[in-house]
Amino acid sequence: MNIKFKEETFRGDFTFRNSPETIRRFPFPFHEDKYMYAVNMEPHVPAGPKGHAYNAPIDVDEHYVSEMRDREIVLKQDPLRCQALPHMMTAQWDTLELLMEQQAMGFPELFSLTKNGDQWRWVNKPLGIDQRFTFGDASTLPYEPMEYITRQAQGDFCIVDQRDGNLWMDAGMVTTQADWSLDFDVGMNFMEWHGPVPLAHQIGVFDRALKFLLNLQQGKPVRRLNWTMTINPRLDTSPENYHKWGPDRMTVTPENVGDKVHLRCELQSLWRLPRSNGILFVIRCYLLKMEELVTVPKWARRFHRVLRDLPPELIDYKGLTRYRPTTIEWLAKHDDGAATSPGIFPD
Amino acid sequence: MTINTDMPVKVVEITRVADSVKRFRLQRIDRQPMPAFSGGAHVVVAMQDGGLLRRNPYSLMSSPSDRSAYEISVLRVESSRGGSHFMHDHVKEGSTLTVTQPLNLFPFDHRGKKHILFAGGIGITPFIAMMDQMAREDRSFELHYAVRTRSHGAYWQELAQRYGDHRIRIYCDAEKLFIPTKSILAKQALGTHVYVCGPAGMIDGVLELAKSLGWPKQNLHSERFLAPPTGKPFTATLARSQKTITVGEHQSILEAVEAAGVDAPYMCRGGACGQCETVVISCSGEILHNDIYLEPDDKRSGKKIMICISRIKGDAVTLDL
Amino acid sequence: MYTGLTIDPNAQRHLFALEGDGPLALAEQVKAAGNAFLAKADILYVAASAKSREAELAALNPDVLWVAPSIPVLLNRLRQNLLNAGMGTRIYVSGTEGFIGQAMKVALDLGIDFGSIRTEHQGSMARRVQCVHCKGITDDVKTSPFSCSHCGLNLLVRDHYSRRLAAFQGVCIDAEEPGTAPPPEELFP
Repeated sequence: MNIKFKEETFRGDFTFRNSPETIRRFPFPFHEDKYMYAVNMEPHVPAGPKGHAYNAPIDVDEHYVSEMRDREIVLKQDPLRCQALPHMMTAQWDTLELLMEQQAMGFPELFSLTKNGDQWRWVNKPLGIDQRFTFGDASTLPYEPMEYITRQAQGDFCIVDQRDGNLWMDAGMVTTQADWSLDFDVGMNFMEWHGPVPLAHQIGVFDRALKFLLNLQQGKPVRRLNWTMTINPRLDTSPENYHKWGPDRMTVTPENVGDKVHLRCELQSLWRLPRSNGILFVIRCYLLKMEELVTVPKWARRFHRVLRDLPPELIDYKGLTRYRPTTIEWLAKHDDGAATSPGIFPD
Repeated sequence: MTINTDMPVKVVEITRVADSVKRFRLQRIDRQPMPAFSGGAHVVVAMQDGGLLRRNPYSLMSSPSDRSAYEISVLRVESSRGGSHFMHDHVKEGSTLTVTQPLNLFPFDHRGKKHILFAGGIGITPFIAMMDQMAREDRSFELHYAVRTRSHGAYWQELAQRYGDHRIRIYCDAEKLFIPTKSILAKQALGTHVYVCGPAGMIDGVLELAKSLGWPKQNLHSERFLAPPTGKPFTATLARSQKTITVGEHQSILEAVEAAGVDAPYMCRGGACGQCETVVISCSGEILHNDIYLEPDDKRSGKKIMICISRIKGDAVTLDL
Repeated sequence: MYTGLTIDPNAQRHLFALEGDGPLALAEQVKAAGNAFLAKADILYVAASAKSREAELAALNPDVLWVAPSIPVLLNRLRQNLLNAGMGTRIYVSGTEGFIGQAMKVALDLGIDFGSIRTEHQGSMARRVQCVHCKGITDDVKTSPFSCSHCGLNLLVRDHYSRRLAAFQGVCIDAEEPGTAPPPEELFP
C-alpha cells in the first residue's frame, strides 16, 4: 500500500487537510454518546476495517512527511523537547529497534530493516534515508538512538524506567503534545506526572493503572485513547508556546467552526521494552476538523452529545471553555436526535 | 487478555554442569529469534509429565543479546514436587517444551554506580545473564558466590576466567570459606546497589545486615526461588466457575485450578508479582501465606490469597474464581 | 510530600542540610530519639535572612557543624560531603520548599535515591517557580499570579512540582486575553 504524502503545514497558514480515506480511518474516541475518564486499556492488536489507523501497531499515514518537518522546526527552536537522562541508553536502543521493526513490518513498501548480527541497515523511503549502523554503538548514528528514530516516527514518545514499584519518565521526544512540558516532567514518577488531571484521582484510577502497567508483559502491548480539542490544526500545543497558541481560542466564530475547531485524538500505546525492562509510551496524535467529522453522520450526532454533556471539570481541564458553546451550536445542526450504533467505527 | 504469546521450543542441547545441575539450551521450533530480554529475567517452562502439566519458572542465564537460543540451568532437588526430577530424568535432547515470554522481577537499577551481587548455589543463574549485560554496558560490578562444594557449584570457574578474580570471589562452604558480608557492605560509596539470590536464609541474612548498617531499602534487591510448599490436601470451591476441586499434597491451588480447566491469571508462579491475587470468600481453616507480595494487613484479613504459592491448613476454602 | 526527619537508628553517619527554621525539625528529633546520634552527625546550616539558629545547633554539640553564608555555598559543600560519603550515611533536609528541592537535587544527581532522603518543611511557604515559557526560575514567590522575573509574563503558580528542577510550574495566565490577569493573591506566605 503506497501512500501519497501531503505537503502541508501545522502552523502559520495551516494548510493541513485530511483526505476522505484518512477521515474514515480516524481513531474516533467515543464508543457511546457520553464520556467519562477511564483507564480503558485494551490489547494493542491489529483491529478495524482495512486501512484503519488500528491496522498497524505503529501507524504511518499521509501526514508523515509533513509531521516530521514540523518536528524538525520545533526542535530547532527548542531542543529541550527531546531529553534522555543518562541511565536510559539501553532503553533508547530498545526503542529504536521497536520503532524500526514495527514501521518496516506495517509498511514494507516504505521502510526496510536488515540485520546482520549487530550491523543493521535502515531504509526510510519517504524521508530518503539509507543508514547503516552498529546496533549498540551510538557513535555510528547521527543522533542518539531515541532522537534518531523518533525524528522518523509520528507521535510523541516517552520512555519510562521501572524501579522501586513505580514508573519514571526518564526520556522522551515530545513535540506534538496537548499541553504538558517534557522539560518539566522528565524524571517524574507516574503519580507526579499525572498530577494535574482532575477527578481521576478520586476514583483510584491511577492506582489501578500503575499496578497494571508494572505488570505489562513483553509481547503484549496495550492501547487506550485520549482526546481533547485544538483550534487550528496545530501539533505543537505545548505549555512553552501557550502564549502563542492560547489566543487562537478566542478566534472561533459560528461561521468558522467547521474549519478551525479540531477534534484531537491521542492513540496511546504502551510496550514493554526487552533489554532495559522499561516501558515505551507512544502518544500518536490525530487531528480532524469539525467539517470533516460531520461527513460521518454517526460521529456528528455522537460528538455533539458528548460535548454537550461533558462534566465541568473536564471542560476546564481540556481547555474547551471559550469555544465549546459555539461548537455545540454548530454541531447541533448535524444532530437529528436519531440513535447511534455502539462502537467507534463509521456505519 | 487471552492472547497467547507462549513459544514452543525444542531442547537442542543438555550439558551436565555440576553434581546435580544440568543446563538446557532451548530454541524456538519455528526457528524465529528468541525475544531479547533484560538480565535477571526468567521464563515459565511448561512440560507435559504424563497427564500432568507442570509449569516451573527458571532464570534465563544465557546472554541477553544472544537471540539464537535461551539457556536455563536446573538443580535436581531431592525433596521437590517433581519438576526438577522431570527436567533431569525425562527431558532429552529433542524434547519439546513451551516457554513464556521473559519476565523480569529482578532487574538491576540503571542508575547504580556499582552493583554488588551475592549468589548462593543455584541462585547464580540470574546473575550470569546480568553480568553479561553489565559487562556489555560497561558497568561496575562484583560477584560474591557461595557454593557448597567445588564440585557442587556451577559455573564458578568460567565466571572467574571470564571476568577476573578482582570481580569474582568464590566461597566454598566445605572449605569453611564464607562471604564476609559485613566488611563488604561497610565500605561502599553512595549509589551502590546490592542484589541477593540464593537460599532464603542467605537472603534474609544479607538484607538484615545491610539494613542494620543503614542501607536504604531502595538499594537492596533480592529474588527468592519460591516453590509452592507441600501440605495436606484440601477442597477448594470455585464460586464463579461453580466447581469444587481437590488441591493435592504436591499441587498448588493454581495448578489444581488449571487442571480443572479454569483459567486463572498468573505470571511469575513464585509468589512475587501479584497477578494471581484471589479473593477468599470463606475458609474453614487457616490461610498459610507463602508469598512475598501481600501486605501484612491483607494477610491478616484472611480475605486474599496468592494461589500460585499459598495453601490452607484445614479442610476447605471458597474462592472467587 | 515530606517524610518527616525521623532519625534512622541504623545509620553509620547522619548528614543534615538545614536552612532557616530547619533546626526546629532537628530539635524535635532530639526530644524524641535522644542526642546519642549527634556524635555521628554532620550538620550543614544556612540562616534565613531574618534570624540565625546557629547557636541552637551549636548547643546540640554535633560531631561537625558547618555554617554557610548562602544557599549555593551550602549546596556546594553538601555535594562534597556526598562524594565522600559511604552507604550507611542517611541524609536529612529541612527548610523552605525551594531549599529542600535544591538540596535533594544535589543528592539525586549523585545517584542517591530520593526515597531514601528524609525531609521536613519548616519556615515560609514561598515557592521556587519555573516559567514554562522562558525556563527562568524565580525564587521566593509568595503570590499567584506573579510576574516572571526573567521574561515578565504573568504566571499562574500551579501545584505541579518537579523534583529535578526543584521548582513549581508557572504558566502564563492571560495568554488567551493578554492584560486580563487577576490581581495577585498571597497564597504562599
